[in-house]
Amino acid sequence: MLLINCPFCKERNETEFVYGGPVGVDRPDPNAVADQEWVDFLTLVPNPTGPVFEKWWHARGCGEWFVICRDTVTHEILESPDEKS
Amino acid sequence: MSSRLSTGGKLIDRSLSKEFMFNGRRLKGFEGDTLASALLANDQVMVGRSFKYHRPRGIVASGSEEPNALMETGSGSKLEPNQRATTTKLFDGMRVKSQNHWPTLEFDLGAINSTFSKFFPAGFYYKTFIHPRFAWKYLFEPIIRKAAGLGNAPKEKDCDTYEYFYAHVDLLIIGGGIAGLAAASSAVKSGLKVLIVEQNDYWGGRAIVDEINIENGSGSDWIYQQVKSLSNEKNVNLRLNMMAAGVYDHGYVLLHETLTDGSNKKMELRQRLWRVRAKQTIVATGAIERPLAFAGNDLPGVMLASAVRDYLVNFGVSCGDRTVIVTNNDDAYRTAILMKNAGLEVPCIIDARPSVSESLSKQVQSLGIKILTGKAVSTVTGSKRVEGVAICSHAGSGEVLETVACDCVAMSGGWSPVVHLWSHCGGKLEWDKKNYMFKPDLTSAPLGANGEGMLTVAGTANGFLISRDVLSDGYTKSKEIIKALTGKVPKISMEKAHSGDESEILPVWFMPQGATRKLKSKTWLDFQNDVKVSDVELAAQEGFESVEHTKRYTTLGMATDQGKLSNINGLAVLSNSLNVSIPDVGTTTFRPPFQPISLGAIAGEARHELFKPIRKTSIHNWINANGGVWEPVADWRRPFCFQRNGESIKEAVEREIVNTRTNCGILDASTLGKILVKGPDAARFLDMIYTNVMSNLKVGKCRYGLMCSENGFLSDDGVVARLSDDSYLCHTTSGGSDRIHAHMEEWLQTEWWDWKVYTLNLTEQFSQIAIVGPKARQLIEKMGVDGLDLSPEGLPFMGFSEGFIAGISVRIFRISFSGELSYEIAVPALKAQEFWDLALISGEEFEVMPYGTEALHVMRAEKGFIMIGDETDGTVIPQDLGLDWAISKKKEDFIGKRAQMRSFMKSENRWKLVGLKTIDPSVVLPDGCYAVDGESNSYGHKNMIGRVTSSYFSPTLERSIALALVENGPDRMNEILNFPNLDGSVTKAAICDPVFFDKEGKNQNV
Ligand SMILES: [Zn+2]
Repeated sequence: MLLINCPFCKERNETEFVYGGPVGVDRPDPNAVADQEWVDFLTLVPNPTGPVFEKWWHARGCGEWFVICRDTVTHEILESPDEKS
Repeated sequence: MSSRLSTGGKLIDRSLSKEFMFNGRRLKGFEGDTLASALLANDQVMVGRSFKYHRPRGIVASGSEEPNALMETGSGSKLEPNQRATTTKLFDGMRVKSQNHWPTLEFDLGAINSTFSKFFPAGFYYKTFIHPRFAWKYLFEPIIRKAAGLGNAPKEKDCDTYEYFYAHVDLLIIGGGIAGLAAASSAVKSGLKVLIVEQNDYWGGRAIVDEINIENGSGSDWIYQQVKSLSNEKNVNLRLNMMAAGVYDHGYVLLHETLTDGSNKKMELRQRLWRVRAKQTIVATGAIERPLAFAGNDLPGVMLASAVRDYLVNFGVSCGDRTVIVTNNDDAYRTAILMKNAGLEVPCIIDARPSVSESLSKQVQSLGIKILTGKAVSTVTGSKRVEGVAICSHAGSGEVLETVACDCVAMSGGWSPVVHLWSHCGGKLEWDKKNYMFKPDLTSAPLGANGEGMLTVAGTANGFLISRDVLSDGYTKSKEIIKALTGKVPKISMEKAHSGDESEILPVWFMPQGATRKLKSKTWLDFQNDVKVSDVELAAQEGFESVEHTKRYTTLGMATDQGKLSNINGLAVLSNSLNVSIPDVGTTTFRPPFQPISLGAIAGEARHELFKPIRKTSIHNWINANGGVWEPVADWRRPFCFQRNGESIKEAVEREIVNTRTNCGILDASTLGKILVKGPDAARFLDMIYTNVMSNLKVGKCRYGLMCSENGFLSDDGVVARLSDDSYLCHTTSGGSDRIHAHMEEWLQTEWWDWKVYTLNLTEQFSQIAIVGPKARQLIEKMGVDGLDLSPEGLPFMGFSEGFIAGISVRIFRISFSGELSYEIAVPALKAQEFWDLALISGEEFEVMPYGTEALHVMRAEKGFIMIGDETDGTVIPQDLGLDWAISKKKEDFIGKRAQMRSFMKSENRWKLVGLKTIDPSVVLPDGCYAVDGESNSYGHKNMIGRVTSSYFSPTLERSIALALVENGPDRMNEILNFPNLDGSVTKAAICDPVFFDKEGKNQNV
């Protein structure tokens, strides 16, 4: 049960959040890519080990999407978003 | 025999006697007894049968590690199966039954499995039940199902209640022995907020039984003083009867508290599940004694040496008149001495070690106990309980030297620290070469959110077996934790326990060393699941090298005790057979819960109406009182129809449809999702969200829109109304409001975060009431309109207006999902019931009737309108449904556009929407049935060429109608398709236009 730092609600239980995958994959220009590239973008979600910047959504909370840096091996949270109000 | 002694018993109160029933026999115990101690006091040595061979089983242990003594307690709504007798408190009037036997415990027909045990080796189930395939379903599975499982599931609803409890603490200490108490007292003095929990109903753990000395007094006195002074402090919570079930990431710990013993016949709060977030946790869970593996070690009367001691000291119960001790270490000598001092016979101590220390042997021999060094048990004699032991040399193959009569065998194979909680969240183990046990590797602790250790282990759980070291480790570990939490080094007066050194243990994984195969096949490792030394050796021979594979192949450690007694012996035998070291074989994974916990505790208060709260519209209660037949729609309940007296559901649906099409119907459409999208970039945003263009929609107008996923598949649909230049109201399906709102937010926040758009889910702020049918306009006008022009020109089809009806502020949309003249009227949710009532009153002369979801579905199918979830299933693109007109060709981009451009999305073979008319108009095709083309594929399966997505009897057309997705369907008009039924017959239906009724739309354009 990870403890995740929402910029609005501070530390909350993992069960309040929805995982949104690693950041850094830009949506390609749909008019400039071949079929295969588009399918790869949709289906080949990177799943790296170690420190990863990833998106989380406070679904059962304030609704904010934000980015944390988490070590996917140790679950250490290396970076959390700045507090907002 | 086992019996109650006339004196002794630290935990019992002899002045309070308790009567209980065991398998129909009336027995007596005392206040403070566990069920196990009470049974032993009554010479009830046999308490159950094993899982596979139905062998007689006795009580082995005294605590939570007990594998055999599982009981059914209570009855009716208080029935609890699989209760461990060793951890279940006795109460007056308790009703207990043993399990896993038929017809009786004493005479069990299943025991015949034991006679054929050589036909049930490791992996028996895997090897035997593979072929022939049909036999699994009709022969093997029913028999195995009958034989499998322990205990009976309760038939009545559990009448008790359970609850969750949340707590945040600085330090959680698990285990209330001397190490845990030492840690608690230091931490409390340092001002930390502490929770200390103990699974037993008394503090002190083993120190209570193994009378130790701390400073100048006894261990028991020290424990009493510690608990007393802690009880006066405000910053500590002391809880007994609380078992730590699991440790999870970032200091999250699940604890199970037993609140009552179940003696109350009425409903009561029975258990509590604690969810604790601790900054740091100290695990001081002690150790579990290991059994020794020798032939016949599963006979009732063979027990752990520590358990024999526990029953004697804590409950005044002797487990046998003549107890033989079998050991490989010094600890079991304590049992011999205590038994002898209690006036019981201890004929001999069989010690596998070649020698014992002079002081110990002197002490024991002065009591008249014989020590047989270098010896082992060849076999235990007796059939349903111990009658004697045959002794052999440990070095040999089991040749019997002498036989000693006895009625109890107390065995000790050394101790294993309880490392479960350390391991749950990633703590690593190391092999202690001196004490032959796995203990926590403190250099690889489970890590918390900050990447540093969140949990440590103290005392015996940390591998210290002597009280002096246990207590000092408790202080040392708390010091480290206090420093980590407060940043200050605390001043702690470390009190000392006094204990001498013990001689080294000899590793013995089975005895004798060269035991024959015959002996090994009677030598049990896992008592509950019937796994023997020979089974693990066979698995190794057959190539199972990984301990995880061997576990599953042999079922070693897979019983409800999760291998607390059997694991280490089992993997030592495996490592022996594979000729690799024990640490190289490794352990199986420890997973929560440490002990089984009840489903009731896991469910907590999430039962009955609280299991999943129902969303209710403002009209819910009226519907409930007026014949509404409920069906679940997402989290809502909607009426399938409104049934009248003497009417079938089918008749009700048909009446509602006919009346709506000829007079007027009223529908509670409040469950429809309503999302407000507002901002300078709202139009641009909706152009991306919808497949059609929304930016050119005029203020005051509505447009039907489609939403797709990035994969191109149709995800939701609904009517969009442009409220002003920069604001839109997007209607979603009833099940889609939260999902679509989330979808919009995800795109806005993660992709187009710089666009100026806000979204707001208004679903529950507004109720929506549809007034539908040829007389709809007259009805609303009768209600009295203010500021509204309902004429065809004033409010044309796909327009909306704002104003007042019957004095209630409304937004009225002229949209239709039935093909009739139709108005959907949004009113503030709190005004909805009033509006509904007024509409029914004004509608009386127009014969208005409420209608339900089934009438809605049939009417939309008559018009060929698709329904998300019927015509779509996540693989359907709008083009498949003939909705090309709602997909913009001009837009550069929208969500789903690129995916829809992929070549296979344009394939001619895609299944597309058509209508179907059965040849026999009275036959309604089953929903979801498939059309076949008569050809077969390479597997001999008929080729499927389409499937029915919606199917109804249409009272309007007086015939059955269906919508279907058929391969290249629109180009196959009038073709007759075959739909095989489950009974082998075939229904024939002709392909037709999906719009069955009023294709020109003259009914709605009035
Ligand atoms: Zn939040």
